Parts: sequence; C-alpha cells; structure tokens
Amino acid sequence: MADTTMPQSDGAPGWIRRNRQALAPALFLLPGVLFFLFYVIFPIWQSFNLSFYRWDGLGEPVYVGVENYVELMDDRAFEVSMWNNLKWLLLYLLAIPAGLAIALFLNQNVTGIRLYKSLFFFPFVISQVVVGLVFSWFYDPTFGLLNQILSFFGFGTLNVLGDPSLVTYGIIIAGLWPQTAYCMILYLTGLNAVDPEQVEAARLDGAKGLKMLWYVIVPQLRPATFIAFVVTIIGALRSFDLISIMTNGGPFGSSRVLSFYMFEKALSEYGFRMGYGAAIAVVLFLIMLLFIAYFLWSMYQEEKGGR
Amino acid sequence: MNLLKGTTAGLSMAIGLAASVQASELSGTLKIFSDMSNPAPRAVIEKLAEDFDALHPDLTVELTVIDREAYKTQIRNFLTANAPDVANWYAANRMRPYVSAGLFEDVSDLWAEPEIAENLASTKGAMTLDGKQWGVPYTYYQWGVYYREDIYKELGLEEPKDWDTFKSNCQKILDSGKKCFTIGSKFLWTAGGWFDYLNMRTNGYDFHMALTNGEVEWTDDRVKATFANWRELIDMGAFIDNHQSYSWQEALPFMVNGEAAAYLMGNFAVAPLREAGLSVDQLDFYQFPMINPEVELAEDAPTDTFHIPSGAQNKEAAREFLRYVVSADVQTDINSGAKLGQLPVNASSSVDDDEMLNQGFEMLSSNSKGGIAQFFDRDAAAEMASAAMEGFQEFMVFPDNLDDILDRLEKTRQRIY
Repeated sequence: MADTTMPQSDGAPGWIRRNRQALAPALFLLPGVLFFLFYVIFPIWQSFNLSFYRWDGLGEPVYVGVENYVELMDDRAFEVSMWNNLKWLLLYLLAIPAGLAIALFLNQNVTGIRLYKSLFFFPFVISQVVVGLVFSWFYDPTFGLLNQILSFFGFGTLNVLGDPSLVTYGIIIAGLWPQTAYCMILYLTGLNAVDPEQVEAARLDGAKGLKMLWYVIVPQLRPATFIAFVVTIIGALRSFDLISIMTNGGPFGSSRVLSFYMFEKALSEYGFRMGYGAAIAVVLFLIMLLFIAYFLWSMYQEEKGGR
Repeated sequence: MNLLKGTTAGLSMAIGLAASVQASELSGTLKIFSDMSNPAPRAVIEKLAEDFDALHPDLTVELTVIDREAYKTQIRNFLTANAPDVANWYAANRMRPYVSAGLFEDVSDLWAEPEIAENLASTKGAMTLDGKQWGVPYTYYQWGVYYREDIYKELGLEEPKDWDTFKSNCQKILDSGKKCFTIGSKFLWTAGGWFDYLNMRTNGYDFHMALTNGEVEWTDDRVKATFANWRELIDMGAFIDNHQSYSWQEALPFMVNGEAAAYLMGNFAVAPLREAGLSVDQLDFYQFPMINPEVELAEDAPTDTFHIPSGAQNKEAAREFLRYVVSADVQTDINSGAKLGQLPVNASSSVDDDEMLNQGFEMLSSNSKGGIAQFFDRDAAAEMASAAMEGFQEFMVFPDNLDDILDRLEKTRQRIY
C-alpha cells in the first residue's frame, strides 16, 4: 500500500523498490542466519575438521587422518558410553506415559488443584544439580533413604551409584523425576484443548476407560505428545549434569554417556585430547542428526497436512 | 639482588619497614594468578602479595585467586591469551604440557644462585624437565598412614614397620568389627596413593618412576606382584565398603566415628580430622611400612609451585617474587601450622612444632632414601594417570578383573608413549 500512496518520494532506487517483497524477509532473516552460521554451522564444521587432528589445545595440531575414529572403534569406554546413551534414550521416554498419567490424574476440578499441580511441577523448576544431589543422598549406601527403607523390610543394602550394572539406571530414574513433570505440564495444557463434544459423542457410543483414552483423548493430544517426545529425546542426549554431579562418570567409567566422555577427553583435568574429543562429538552429532531429520520430516508432514 | 633477599624477607615478616634501596628498583605491575582458593591458602597468598607490595613501593601487585579446580582448566587459556607474571602449578610431569608448549619461562638462572641452589636442592629434581628448571616450589607435604591412636592402643597394636605386622594389625582390627582403612575413591586419585606406596614398597622408587614414565609394561610380573600385595588387603576386607561412592572428604567420618582405624592420605587430611573432633591423643601418623626389604623406602610428597609464564610482562619482578617466596623466613612463616600447615621447601627454614609435621619432616629428610615421588597423577602423563587410576578403582571393587585391567592399561601406555 505504501507503494501506491507515496509513489517516488522515498528515493529508493528502482531495483530495491521492485524487489521489496523478496528483500524484506531476507533482510529480517539475515541476522539470525548469520548468527546461526557462525555459532552453529561453523563450529560443527570445525569439530569435523578437528577430529582428523591430534591436538592438546596448546601446540600445533598434527593431521592424523582417521586415526581418532579407528581408536574409537576399539575403545571400550566409548562402547560403554554408547550403550548408556541408548539406555538413556529408551528409558527416558518413560517420562511421556508417566507425564500423561499424572496429567490425567490432575485434570479435575477439586479445591486446591492448582496447588497440587504446582507441587507436581516443582521438580522441573529446581536445578538439575540439586536433583542430582538429592538423589545421590537418597541412594547413599550408609545413610540414604533407599537403604533405610530396604533394611526396614529386611533386605540387604544396595549401593546403586557404586554398582556398575545399576548406576546408569539409578541416574536415569533421577532424571525422570523432573522430566516427568515437564511432560505432565505439556499434557495438562494439551488436555485443555480436548474437544468436550467428541468426548461426549464417544461416551454416547459407549466408549470408556482405556478405550476412551486410546481412541479419543490421545489422538487429540498428538501435538503435545510430539513436543514431549522432542524435549525428552533432547533431554536424554544432554544428560550431562546429572552424571557429573552424581557419579562423575564412575564407578570406573560405567555411567558415562557420549557427551560426558567427550568432555572428559577434551576438557577435563586429565583430558585435552581435542581431536579425540571432537571425534566423539561427531559421532554424537550424527546420532542427533537422525532424530533431527526425523523431527523435521514429521513437522514437514504436519505442515503439509494442515494446508 | 641476592644479598637483598635474605634481609628483605626477614624484614617484611615482622616489621615491614624499610624497603631497602635496591628493592625499590622494581616498578610497574606484578600480576599473580593463584589457585590457592581454600581459606587458609588464600590468606597466605593474600599476605604474600601484600607484603611483597609493601616491600617494593613502586611496584603494584595485582592478585587474582581462582578456584583450585577451575584453575586446572583455566591455566591453559590464560597462559596463551593473557599471561600473568606469576602463576601457580604443580611439579614434575604435570608441568610437561606447558613446558613443551614453551609457555613456562626457564628459570634455571634462579636455581644457579647459591641461595636457592643450596637450600632448595631436595626439590630440584621435581622442578627439572629436560635438564632445566621451570619454577620454584613453595610448599610440600608428606603422605602416610594417619591412624586412630586410641583404637590401636585399645587393641594393643604397635605402629607397623613391616608388611606382616601391617597385615596382622589389620586382621585384629577387622576382628574387633572395624575396618582397617577408610578411603573414598569416587574421584579416583586416592586409589593412586595406595598404588604409589604399594608399588614403591614392592618394586622400589626407580621401578615406580620407570613405570610412570611409560618405560615398563603394565603387564610386567613386577606390577602384578604389587597388585598381589594389594589384593591381600582387599581380600581381607581391609577397606571400607562402597568406597567408590565417596569423595576423600566423605570418607573422613568413618575414621572420626571409629568405624575405620586408619587413612592413607596427605597431610592435608589432618586439619579436617582435628576439626571433626579428634584430639592429639586420638590421631597419630606412621610411615607406610616396608614390604620388600631389598628396596629402599621412598615417599610421596607432592610439591606445589610458582612459575613465570613465558608471556609475562614483568619478568624481573616475577623473579624477585619467586626468590621472596622461597626465602627461608617466608617459608617458615607460610608453612607454619596456623597457615598452610605443611613443610617448608627451604632447608634453612624451621618446621612448625606440630606432631604430624615433625614426623613428616623427619621421615622425608632421613627415612626416604629411595627417593621422593610427587604423586601418581603428577608423575605419570595425564592421560595414563586417568586411565590407570580408573583401573585401580575397578581393581579395588572387582579384584578379579585384574588381567583385563592391566591389558587395557598396557594398550593405553603403548599409545601414549
């Protein structure tokens, strides 16, 4: 409209004026794109590049070809980290049904329901570091609550964080606590958008209980489920802080995941193998890429369907 | 400058007047980055900076204290990007990355000065890499067995001098329903201390150094002998259960509560033990006993140091500061029981009248003929140290995995060295 009201007065050269429609979005995108290129794409390229070098962060990097990757293939600590990552990815998804269950439970009108909702949401608000500390005291083999309970019922003590076969599960449970709260809040908002007429119609058709949930409610919660899935996968892949606080990767490295292992190799006190760390980062990136591709694809499908 | 040092140091301590004429030649700014962030060391470095500042009116001393753990990674950045004039670090192989990258200044000239050459001879080896010296020490401390004197008395036990007594003592302690040793191996290095001692006692200092330098295979029978000795203790149940879940501080209460009778640790464990309520009659110290009579006793005595980064702006003032820190009076003062509570590096200094320090000093100066090691993670290359200490922890929990652990360590060794 501006074009018609003030035909020549803005003094812009003809080319800009003619291409205004195309230029405006490009200019608006430009700062974001530049930052994205510089802070995301460029470091990814750097990591790929660095993974072909041996470098201690101080001297001159030495080109070693795929040596770092060859070493990775044969590195038991790397293998353990991969398996742990897989455990995290699978078990962390339990947060989704658990969140849904709590959301359904809280989706009712009784006095004080807001208070209950906020109490359930509470674990997500506190810092992961605090969650880690609380759970490591809970698991403590001498005075921890878990072992007090076990011994009350006459079982022996269980050193969850000191047992290489249990430690990862112990940390995942700690991580599920805030993650469930997160999924719960996503579903609570989703439940507000459930169409009461459809529920009514289903009821008239005789649906109830699990059938109602599975065929009527859950399909309507699809957007919430998708977001919960995305944040849970991301949460599982960056499960760094809990591990660092609760076990520091131990005992003897059995609770490491890829991100923690990368940190240890590249940046910790005894690390500074930048090339090797970068190689681990590349592997982690490729794993994430699978999920990112899936997310993008399914978002694309959704957009198409919406049109 | 040399003449100056003795006098100025003395003056600064008590009086602080009369910065001598030569001293005022130093000018500009002296930037010190320090990792002495715990309360007592922090007070020491602040006092040092203040006194040195007062000594040199034209010189401004700027002190930055960085958290001790964070410092270990930050040093890499500031040495390359924004070098101070003086920085803290550790002796022996821990210096190697910075020495080989040319980030530490060669201070062999200081070590050629008679004042330092004569008084600091005992730590010269620890500061030497490639035949040159790269900094000066300011404190060190002994390692050894700190034990509950009252429990030993109650059970009628003596300080052990040999391996058999060590074990039979332990058996008696176990029979009384206690554990012999507390340890918290969550952060791995505490297990490194046990390995250091067992290996130095079984195979001697020279072998230990060869091993930490990567010259010996981890699958060597002599290494296995060390682990066999260690295993005897593990099989007895000498160590507290679940040690892999505790840090070294979290392992202290076992000793304070009398659930464990002793702790193989550095002298820094004494202060928290005393604070937790153990009296002088309850806490005592003995040297780790002999295992193999054919090897000389050798000790761990980690040394903390000052260095001049090669990118320093005011190297003259930095050198003067290093001279100041190692001078006899300053050494006596900063290592006294009320301050660092450790051992002075200067032979002309006096050791504070503290039960543990006296025993430690005695042990290191007359009963450590084999040599003085730094500590496993300072003697071995960083990567080797982290892999090995992880292996030690695993061994302490699952002794049956030993062969597998040693194979892994050998593979790591071959890759690193």
